[in-house]
Amino acid sequence: MIRASLAALLSHWWRHPLQLAMLLAGLALATGLWSGVQAINAEARAAYTRAETVLGQDQLDRIVATDGRLTVARFAELRQAGWPVSPLLEGRRAGLRILGVEPLTLPRAAAVPGMPMLGSDDLGEFLAGRLVLVAPETLDRPGVAEALAGLKPQAAPDLPPMTVLADIAAAETLLGARGEVTALLIDPGRPLPGPLPSGLERRVAVADQGLARLTDSFHLNLTAFGFLAFAVGIFIVHAAIGLAFEQRRPMFRTLRALGVPARTLGGLVLAELLGFALIAGLFGVGLGYGVAAALLPDVAATLGGLYGAAVPGVLELRAGWIVAGLGMAVAGTLAAAGQGLWQVWRLPPLASATPRAWAVAAGATRRLQALCGLGLLTLAGGALGFGSGLWAGFAVLAGLLLGAALVLPGLMALVLAAAGARARARGVLSQWFWADARQQLPGLSLALMALLLALAANVGVGTMVGSFRATFTGWLDQRLASELYLTAETPAEAARLREWLEPRVLAVLPIVSTETNLLGQPGDIYGIADHATYRDHWPLLSALPEVWEAVARGEAALINEQLSRRAGLGLGAVLDLPGGALPVAGVYSDYGNPSPQAIIGLEAFGTRFPEVQVLRFALRLPATEVEALATILRAEFGLRETAIVDQAGIKAFSLRVFERTFAVTGALNTLTLAVAALAMLASLVTLSASRLPQLAPVWAMGLTQAGLAGLDLARTVMLALLTAVAALPLGLALAWVLLAVVNVEAFGWRLPMQAFPGDWLWLFAAAGLAGGLAALWPAVTLMRRRPADLLRVFANER
Amino acid sequence: MLHVNDVRKSYPTAEGLVSVLAGVSLDLDAGQSLALTGESGSGKSTLLHLVAGLDAVDGGTISVAGTALEGLDDKGRAELRRDRIGLVFQQFNLIPSLDVGANLAFQARLAGRHDRGWSTHLAEALGLAGLLNRYPEQLSGGQQQRVAIGRALAARPALILADEPTGNLDEASGDAVMGLMLGLVAKAGASLLMVTHSERLAARLDRRLHLRAGRLSDRVQP
Amino acid sequence: MNAKTILVGVWLGLALAGAAVAQGFADLGATVEGFALPDRDRVLEFPEDHAAHPDFRIEWWYLTANLTGDDGAEYGVQWTLFRSATAPGETEGWQSPQAWMGHAAVTTADAHHVAERLARGGVGQAGVTLNSGAAFRAWIDDWEMLSDTAPGEDALDRLALTARGDDFGYALDLTAEGPLVLQGDGGYSVKSADGQASHYYSQPFYAVSGTLDLPGGPVAVTGHAWLDREWSSQPLAEDQTGWDWFSLSFEGGEKLMGFDLRDGGEGFTSGTWIAADGTPSRLVPGALQADPLEYATVAGREVPVVWRLRLDDRAFDVTLRAVNPGAWMATLVPYWEGPVRVTGSHTGRGYLEMTGY
Ligand SMILES: Nc1ncnc2c1ncn2[C@@H]1O[C@H](COP(=O)(O)OP(=O)(O)O)[C@@H](O)[C@H]1O
Ligand SMILES: [Mg+2]
Repeated sequence: MIRASLAALLSHWWRHPLQLAMLLAGLALATGLWSGVQAINAEARAAYTRAETVLGQDQLDRIVATDGRLTVARFAELRQAGWPVSPLLEGRRAGLRILGVEPLTLPRAAAVPGMPMLGSDDLGEFLAGRLVLVAPETLDRPGVAEALAGLKPQAAPDLPPMTVLADIAAAETLLGARGEVTALLIDPGRPLPGPLPSGLERRVAVADQGLARLTDSFHLNLTAFGFLAFAVGIFIVHAAIGLAFEQRRPMFRTLRALGVPARTLGGLVLAELLGFALIAGLFGVGLGYGVAAALLPDVAATLGGLYGAAVPGVLELRAGWIVAGLGMAVAGTLAAAGQGLWQVWRLPPLASATPRAWAVAAGATRRLQALCGLGLLTLAGGALGFGSGLWAGFAVLAGLLLGAALVLPGLMALVLAAAGARARARGVLSQWFWADARQQLPGLSLALMALLLALAANVGVGTMVGSFRATFTGWLDQRLASELYLTAETPAEAARLREWLEPRVLAVLPIVSTETNLLGQPGDIYGIADHATYRDHWPLLSALPEVWEAVARGEAALINEQLSRRAGLGLGAVLDLPGGALPVAGVYSDYGNPSPQAIIGLEAFGTRFPEVQVLRFALRLPATEVEALATILRAEFGLRETAIVDQAGIKAFSLRVFERTFAVTGALNTLTLAVAALAMLASLVTLSASRLPQLAPVWAMGLTQAGLAGLDLARTVMLALLTAVAALPLGLALAWVLLAVVNVEAFGWRLPMQAFPGDWLWLFAAAGLAGGLAALWPAVTLMRRRPADLLRVFANER
Repeated sequence: MLHVNDVRKSYPTAEGLVSVLAGVSLDLDAGQSLALTGESGSGKSTLLHLVAGLDAVDGGTISVAGTALEGLDDKGRAELRRDRIGLVFQQFNLIPSLDVGANLAFQARLAGRHDRGWSTHLAEALGLAGLLNRYPEQLSGGQQQRVAIGRALAARPALILADEPTGNLDEASGDAVMGLMLGLVAKAGASLLMVTHSERLAARLDRRLHLRAGRLSDRVQP
Repeated sequence: MNAKTILVGVWLGLALAGAAVAQGFADLGATVEGFALPDRDRVLEFPEDHAAHPDFRIEWWYLTANLTGDDGAEYGVQWTLFRSATAPGETEGWQSPQAWMGHAAVTTADAHHVAERLARGGVGQAGVTLNSGAAFRAWIDDWEMLSDTAPGEDALDRLALTARGDDFGYALDLTAEGPLVLQGDGGYSVKSADGQASHYYSQPFYAVSGTLDLPGGPVAVTGHAWLDREWSSQPLAEDQTGWDWFSLSFEGGEKLMGFDLRDGGEGFTSGTWIAADGTPSRLVPGALQADPLEYATVAGREVPVVWRLRLDDRAFDVTLRAVNPGAWMATLVPYWEGPVRVTGSHTGRGYLEMTGY
């Protein structure tokens, strides 16, 4: 019985291979986008974990100096007092995180796989400072090979990207930090001799979730996108499964009449669906791998650019998200088929459930949906008013999107009814056009919701990125006030350049900076000259009076917005700096920089960091002379191409980094839109079969097939455009929430929202295109239909 | 009014080409009604479809109200149906998304010959006056067929083609519908070609022809 | 006493220098560019030669003690500091080519406690210094060998010695009751027929008292100790695979240092007979006959723990028996090192070291 019943059930798909293809494609696409995003997240999270667990940072307690200055002598003292400690030197150079360890005392728990240990062949090379360990693909990144020139870098897959593990002797040479020690790792396997000497403090090991927290919002964003895409894909599945149930209803009835119990039938249908879910899920996971592999380099760039988080650009296959992907495929299938399965289970054998009854019920469903939607919108408003934190922001987003999607069919029905009422006067065809659109609405509403979400996401994210870009360019314009920037190779060359330049340009402004720890995080301190250029152009968010004078006198510091928000430092607060604390006199915006930053006067900088040499200059000169001067400089001083950068060049570079940063968002956006179009196609194909009885009479009464097809096409495009009209305000609301709520919580700064009406045209074009593409094939099919197919509608033998 | 001359039609099937109409000729004058009988599968509907220009002949000629169908393209035949022909099928005549009123007026408006008075008269005559705001799915089979007949007549076509219009109805409502239709056709002055396999109904028309083995004859074969 | 020790030291050096440990002894005979070589004509000078010789590749301060506790039990104690260099000379800071390794052990009849420490040179974690007041200090982490010497005495005459591991520790006071003894030819000790050699002297006359910290509680101990000092750059011939080293003290006050360098063939034995007053007599190569009598399985290897030693021209024929056959040093470079009892023509106590098993 089971075999025969299953064969009968499956024969349906054999007869309707297209439906099967649509079902599998929808499921695979949904799973693919979802698991692609998950794969990216998993990869990034794994990278953070590696960064946090390298050298057992999450397990080993450390000793640090309360004044921040540990020395080798202090290390020896502690060892002689019986402390089982091992020195660690950590610093940054050329964008690389350099970790110096001492293998003879390094606790076993801190060992990095691949690191030469005692007794191994290449320990000597490591101790001699020739061999260093680097994450595999880090070597290929620009600048890394130069920074490690003369060393023998060896790939260690367990190291986080952009991290170099070296013997402490090699590390102190690389970092120019002779005799310095950042921290002492305590060997957990040995007893401690007593209380710590004064001036030292013990830091208990905690898995530092800093990076994960910082990037949470980004991953949440991706996850939200993945979920959106998944939901949109499930619309396709729902459409395909719905049709299959509809068409197999007589078969179900016959099977039941012939004596297959409802339970058995339900079980068989369920088994069939699970089989499809697994097949499509596997394809989907493969697809997800492809998507992730394609997007990961951009994601890595984004994370690097926004948060300084190093994520590899290469994807690893992880069991976790494969299983999760298959799970999602199954869950999605069950969700999409739930209604149908329920009916198979519950339907009396001889019930005559006609498609029409379904359409009548749609009105009631629509009202219920609209009510739910309004409820969700209210909740979103509530979360906006009373919630706080990143999650509240995302709750607002979710409520807004879902609520709007649920309200959409009701709204559309109203609009179509109104349009139909007006159209009555304009002719019978137009009346039929609108009436038929309304008739199609229940079948299309899921697809239209999907389209609404995709379009709104497009507008929202587009507006956010656009606002970001506009603000960023404006900020660049202000901040890059100088016309030309140059870098000398040696202090001597710098001095000669300066002497030569001084009479030839309006101003020569030295720029000095050093990488250092600011309140426990790696950051930068800049020294700047006292000049009108800064006073007039540097974009300060808030400042005390006479701020520039105070900075020039070395009595105050400026800090970037990130440092201010992260450390809660306001104006007048005191900032700990190497060489003595300074009050904060101003806060400046510093977009796209994840690290804390401070600016002090040039002279104060020289006193605090005498070892830092002045090699970079900003030049003020009339814009018309920039090119000529650059040419002369290259010729006279033999400066390399990269040593002179003009303002435009820096801007172009910055904008390029910016564009790459948001490339992922764009790609996901497009993919989601594509899936929405496919959902519409699926729905239309589903509908087209059941629409023959509706079209045949019109045709019989004297409309050509081409005319009918044209009207169908126009109807779908019209529905898509109507959806776009609804998506526009929704998208703008989305953008507002992203900029004013989520961004502030996640990034620490608020961006002014700007509207881009030009993009809205694109929105309508995209919507029309999506609708048109989705409707094209069904329309062509309708046009090509043999009259006999239409005639059969009327045939007695039907 | 209607001239059918030596029309042949065959359908490709799995067993090869099956000839359905093997040279059929008939003439129908204006205002005349003709019943077409024959066993199920004898080709009655096929002939009706050919006359309506819904399908194309393999051979022979058909002309409706002086227009030869062979010379028309798809668009021309659609125009002909719109302007000259009223169609009533056994089922699925109505547009589910339009209410009864709109369905009734549909073809007339399509043809640009909507006549409010005539429509109202039709609706009343067919007993549909109270049902104008209902949708097809809310009507009984008999009511639906009455709407279909009203719609076919609303544009005052020269020729009504009906394919077992009461085949789905019980005898009583079938007779009622038939009565209404014949009355209204006569009143409109249209010609009627009706397919039926009911001898009783066929007897109520002016003439009758029997289709058998792809050919027409005047006599009913035993 | 320290054939084994040489190996250990060189092994550490090899490990640090990046040569394959798997190559084993093959590399021990190789000359390393730039290091100083032992010189037969060099006259050792004290206290200067107590300190480190960074121009040589390897060096050690190697102390073993045979002790008796107030509980009447027999104890052995080891304290060793090895120095090994990847290049000659010393520099300040992490760039130093010197590395240090400390081994400490306490052996009882049924237990053997071991600890090991490693350190980079140049940063003060380990070292050997001799300051202007002739005060001597050798240390690694919190292990220390510190001189507590009165004026006019040798820097090594009085020493305070400490070390601790996870499950044991000790603090001992050492007082020399005899002179320093130069091994070999005035402190030039030949290690192979090919002429490999080291500078080598000893202080075998320490009287010891102090305390052992053992899992069962502190034990007061007294007894005798023997300090070996040796440095070289190229201590072994290419074919030598390991050695057995003996340092024995007899009841009459005489002492014997002997070693047997194994090479798969005849081997190379040598040593010094030390009279009760400290006068050394060099043993002719081959005069000492050392034969294993019984083996024990230790750490999965067959190790001889009972030996017969003979010096025919001195009517010397004794049997050495390990106090604890399981005295295995499970360190980075593992070896056997423990106290022995001597019976036969002479009776006494001593230490046995065995490498390359
Ligand atoms: N599109 C078609 N393809 C193949 N055969 C057809 C098609 N339409 C009708 N037929 C066949 O032509 C014959 C006549 O059909 P039809 O005109 O519907 O008969 P009737 O209306 O007299 O019952 C039947 O045998 C039918 O199976
Ligand atoms: Mg028929």
